Amino acid sequence: MRLEPRTHTPAWLWLAAPAAALGFTLLATSLLVAWAGAPVGRAYVLLLEGGFGSRFAWTETLTRATPLILTGLAAALAFRARLYNIGAEGQLYAGALAAVAVGGLHGGSGFAAPVGLLFIAMIVAACVAGALLLLVPALLKSRLGVDEVVTTLLLNFIVLLLVSAMLDGPMKDPGALGWPQSVAIADALQLQPLLERSRVHSGLLVALLLAALLALLLRHTTLGFEIRAVGANARAAAFAGMPVGRVMWQVALLSGALAGLAGAVEVAGRAGYVTLDMSPGYGYSGIVVAMLAGLNPIGVVFAAVFVAGMLVGADGMSRAVAVPTYIADVIVAVSLIAVLVATMTTRWRVHLR
Amino acid sequence: METLDLLFSVPFWVAVLRIATPLIFGTLGVLLCERAGVLNLGIEGIMVAGAFAGWLTVYAGGGLWLGVCVAALTGMAFGALHALLTVTLALSQHVAGLGITLLATSLASYAYRVSFPKVDSPPTIQPFGDMTAWLPLPVLNQQTPMTLFALLLAPLLAWGLMRTPLGLAIRMVGENPSAAEGQGLSVARLRTGAIVAGSGLMGVAGAFLTLAAFNAFYFNMVNGRGWVCVALVVFASWQPGKALLGALLFGFFDALQLRLQQAGGGAFGVDVPYQFYLMLPYAMAIVALVAAARRAAYPQALMKPYRRGER
Repeated sequence: MRLEPRTHTPAWLWLAAPAAALGFTLLATSLLVAWAGAPVGRAYVLLLEGGFGSRFAWTETLTRATPLILTGLAAALAFRARLYNIGAEGQLYAGALAAVAVGGLHGGSGFAAPVGLLFIAMIVAACVAGALLLLVPALLKSRLGVDEVVTTLLLNFIVLLLVSAMLDGPMKDPGALGWPQSVAIADALQLQPLLERSRVHSGLLVALLLAALLALLLRHTTLGFEIRAVGANARAAAFAGMPVGRVMWQVALLSGALAGLAGAVEVAGRAGYVTLDMSPGYGYSGIVVAMLAGLNPIGVVFAAVFVAGMLVGADGMSRAVAVPTYIADVIVAVSLIAVLVATMTTRWRVHLR
Repeated sequence: METLDLLFSVPFWVAVLRIATPLIFGTLGVLLCERAGVLNLGIEGIMVAGAFAGWLTVYAGGGLWLGVCVAALTGMAFGALHALLTVTLALSQHVAGLGITLLATSLASYAYRVSFPKVDSPPTIQPFGDMTAWLPLPVLNQQTPMTLFALLLAPLLAWGLMRTPLGLAIRMVGENPSAAEGQGLSVARLRTGAIVAGSGLMGVAGAFLTLAAFNAFYFNMVNGRGWVCVALVVFASWQPGKALLGALLFGFFDALQLRLQQAGGGAFGVDVPYQFYLMLPYAMAIVALVAAARRAAYPQALMKPYRRGER
């Protein structure tokens, strides 16, 4: 088998490739649904209805999509510069802890600040926490050549243990009966719901705005140009006089801040406090979202809605027919691999022999 | 001195070897893949799948060694997929590996829930026991046969990689694939073979957890061990012997950490929450990576896809 670069991609292929990826995903996962003993057609109808079929389904999907957009943007930006940030999960939790540390200060400490100021401080703290957590691996990479994939992955475990220690100790909510959860942020700091009778909150607007801003940054600013150049070929970029090290740490700060913000938005938009299971792997799913979107910030929004819809739909489906909710994770994983292969065929011609 | 007593206590060293065993298998697996020039971040998921497949085989009535074989075959199957993506189709090794980890983890979790929809406590098996009388060595005779197998595997792999023509060929496609192709070697076949074999070892690493260390399958039981293995390979400068040492050193610190935790956390005069002890292994792995970074002799073609005829 041989790969030959395409000089030009036919228009039909741009449509056929993702369609084939989606078709393959549905076919492959339907075998698993059948294995679980559920009627395949009905299971998929339930999956789609649960994710996108009603007002309630849509609001739940958008609620789940909000942190996914932010972690997806974090991954997309970093991957563009070939900074493989797999640590969004840890950065999200670091942001959530920082948000509670600032937003929970109100309780009995006599600390009084205007709500607006406290809100800004809470958001900034979360962004800084996430950014610093990624800055360390990024500097280790650019200064010492330490692979950032493994360091960011390992930091996820360390941060989760730190969260656990904080929930047992300094940030423990004394009112929660044995259930590990942190103190809550002040009610006035909570994000407002966007719609009546739903959990969608204004964090969604923040995520959409940031997606648009990031698209502009990548396309129309010097930093964006540098990020794309470093990602395309770091040695050539350095040769052209670009400050590769500086681009790396700037990307790290932005990417980490986005993931940290996801943590603050989850805290302020939903429960108001931190728990050990507040993120069902939003950080890892963000990488999938970014890859599905081809690292395009606007694409991230759509990919996040797709992934969120699958997760929400799978919950509904597994309640109705006996298919474990893990089917959603399988669908997301298979679609990631299928889309990777499909994207490859738009850039390379595959010769069998 | 309590610490000194610890260093001479047999149970402590038994624990060190037991903790190190899955890391030895996993690290050697990653090492084999990387020597051929391919990063395999699928390890975390492959270990989960191996742990599940091995356990399920034994639960369904198969023998323990059959379970190990099924785990190896499961790992090899995911390895073949990784090879298809990264060697045949020349996709990004980072992303393909993470995709494999997501796929293998979610498939194992799904299969577990389909097979056991409603269980309160995880069903158990009779795991590997200790090798007793026939081995006249103090610490080793309290280990399962899998640990002995792991200890023998390291010198075997070192010999295979450094002293055989096949090993030379594998190292060559990891260093300079074009030159290897020029010598008439098939880069694609050698890399595929190395990934499949290395992933088989990762599957066995997972199986140790369910068939020897514990007696049941739990979600999250791998818990980052796969990522630690990836770090250990850098620490070991891609040498099987050093990989064995690295895994043992890691087992030493993890066992120490467990003892300190059991001692009540007051070892340094202050009350340290147990979570900080649990952080130590991960922090150690990062320290090991940083320490090794300066002298890291990466295989030259690592993470570089090879497309025939491309300069």
